[in-house]
Amino acid sequence: MARIDLDLAHAYKPNPRSDDDYALLPLRMTFEAGGAYALLGPSGCGKTTLLNIVSGLVKPSHGNVKFDGVDVTARTPQQRNIAQVFQFPVIYDTMTVAENLAFPLRNRGLPTERIRQRVGRIAEMLELSGQLDARAANLAADAKQKISLGRGLVREDVSAVLFDEPLTVIDPHLKWQLRRKLKQIHHELRLTLVYVTHDQVEALTFADQVVVMTRGRAVQIGTAPELFERPQHTFVGHFIGSPGMNFLPATWSEAGLSVAGRTVLGAAQARAVAGATILGIRPEYVALSEPGAPGSVPGVVTQAQDIGTYWLVSAKVEGVEAPVRARISTNGHRTVPAPGDAVSLALVGSHTCFYKDETLIPRDASDADPARAVQEASPT
Amino acid sequence: MKPVNQKAWFLILPVVLCVAFSAVLPLMTVVNYSVQDIISPERRVFVGTDWFKSVMRDDDLQGALLRQIGFSLAVLLIEIPLGIALALAMPARGWKASAVLVIVAISLLIPWNVVGTIWQIFGRTDIGLLGAAVHALGFDYDYTGNPTHAWLTVLVMDVWHWTPLVALLCYAGLRAIPDAYYQAASIDGATKFAVFRYIQLPKLRGVLMIAVLLRFMDSFMIYTEPFVLTGGGPGNSTTFLSQYLTQKAVGQFDLGPAAAFSLIYFLIILLLCFVLYNWMQRVGRGADAAQEG
Repeated sequence: MARIDLDLAHAYKPNPRSDDDYALLPLRMTFEAGGAYALLGPSGCGKTTLLNIVSGLVKPSHGNVKFDGVDVTARTPQQRNIAQVFQFPVIYDTMTVAENLAFPLRNRGLPTERIRQRVGRIAEMLELSGQLDARAANLAADAKQKISLGRGLVREDVSAVLFDEPLTVIDPHLKWQLRRKLKQIHHELRLTLVYVTHDQVEALTFADQVVVMTRGRAVQIGTAPELFERPQHTFVGHFIGSPGMNFLPATWSEAGLSVAGRTVLGAAQARAVAGATILGIRPEYVALSEPGAPGSVPGVVTQAQDIGTYWLVSAKVEGVEAPVRARISTNGHRTVPAPGDAVSLALVGSHTCFYKDETLIPRDASDADPARAVQEASPT
Repeated sequence: MKPVNQKAWFLILPVVLCVAFSAVLPLMTVVNYSVQDIISPERRVFVGTDWFKSVMRDDDLQGALLRQIGFSLAVLLIEIPLGIALALAMPARGWKASAVLVIVAISLLIPWNVVGTIWQIFGRTDIGLLGAAVHALGFDYDYTGNPTHAWLTVLVMDVWHWTPLVALLCYAGLRAIPDAYYQAASIDGATKFAVFRYIQLPKLRGVLMIAVLLRFMDSFMIYTEPFVLTGGGPGNSTTFLSQYLTQKAVGQFDLGPAAAFSLIYFLIILLLCFVLYNWMQRVGRGADAAQEG
């Protein structure tokens, strides 16, 4: 186990000029020893590159990687003592399941008895005990991926175990099982785990801390509630949640903040969000209010969908391009508005976020805590 | 009862016709020759299996068969490992990869009889680079007079001509292995040899099977190059099966024995390919299958 410090940038091209040439823009972050982390972002955002830099398969073009304070940038994955599991199962065809699991240990010259114990333990955890003597090549895709996972977990002394979307090839019902298994293994072995995924549910259920990435930038590191309640960047609000956060263009002046021509914040409140250009609110927190209530804007319902336990209502607000979505609970006696109805949407409350240049305007100490936001090193 | 639809037979009729004209009918002609003594087009005598018996007892043929088997085994033992080694050493990407591919493929583009001619001159001790060089090293090299030298020269020529085919097949096989395998091996701490033994070799099984079968069949039927290079000599030392057959059929016009021998030749190739193919399939399925069986 090791604490991993990253302070780096990476470009695959030799002489990067603009930001677009970088696969990873300058970033500085720390994975604490024994923590479970997820790197979350859409395809091509640089999360796999970051993972490969941690494991040592890719050498960063700028900056360095430190394990427990020791610079390991120039070291191979083997020297770093990293375990990594890939998106598609990698197994050694000619070996049995047991031999596959033993391979990383055998290469490091462990005594046979010790190897047998370890392999037995891991096989039991992953429910592979019955298949230990079967040839790995003849198994189904999910069993093969379990072997890959097992090879990643079989060494006790690893600095960290890295997962690169390991559950892509697994059936949905098995996905739940394996994810639970991984979580359980994390609790038992207390390894440092870093998990790459583009699936927010996977990231939020697996990890203690989620790193949200987009276009080569890590825009926020936080726990699931933090990412949900206080997205540091509009991308996080948009990417996390289903559906994502509503963003409405706002106009700020000394006199107050207005959205769609209505003043939603008075002069006194608006002082705290000076310069805000965007108001963000989760569909879960948009409420229907009396027409003209403070902090509300009028809209016309365009769509109302029954999602089972709640209704998802979309409303068009004058001057706002995307429809504003609201989750309306059907408990109680409230009638759900139908398409064409005029409604009043309450946008301002304790869960409302304000953004300037796509970045959250800090409201209190927790927002401003530098440990929470990703620091960006200046390009070298 | 299930209804039986006989119409499907019509769908395979074209294949049956093609195979009949391209393979079955010619083969049957050979079978026809092999059981008759054709004295002239009008006079022929049915002789049963006499030709087969006499051909099997023929010392020249047995000699040619042994030489042939020895030659094909030597070809496989040298060309397959050498081809794999070449493929492993070839650069994977960039302009170097393209350049090396073209250079390696050159010998495959040369017509068989030209290969023979090239080596005929190459091996001469007066003007040939190889012959003169070997001579200069103090060996009394003479492929036209010394049977061992002739046999070795034919072997080296075949290795030069056909190892690139094995190398190209293996190269294609190696490029088809996803990077993740190498990355995983590096993370598992595998040595270079372990990577070869547990990743590259198993993944090359398919192309190696093709390479072994192709090289075996081709080398077993080798004709043109030794014919041009040594003419089968000195003595009979480089007379392989197909040359022996040509001598019989075209040289002496002994159609009966030649036909009988053709059939035996055909069966030998069929049998050996069958054995090789099944053996390689088994190797692929691995040790535990062998233990059970």
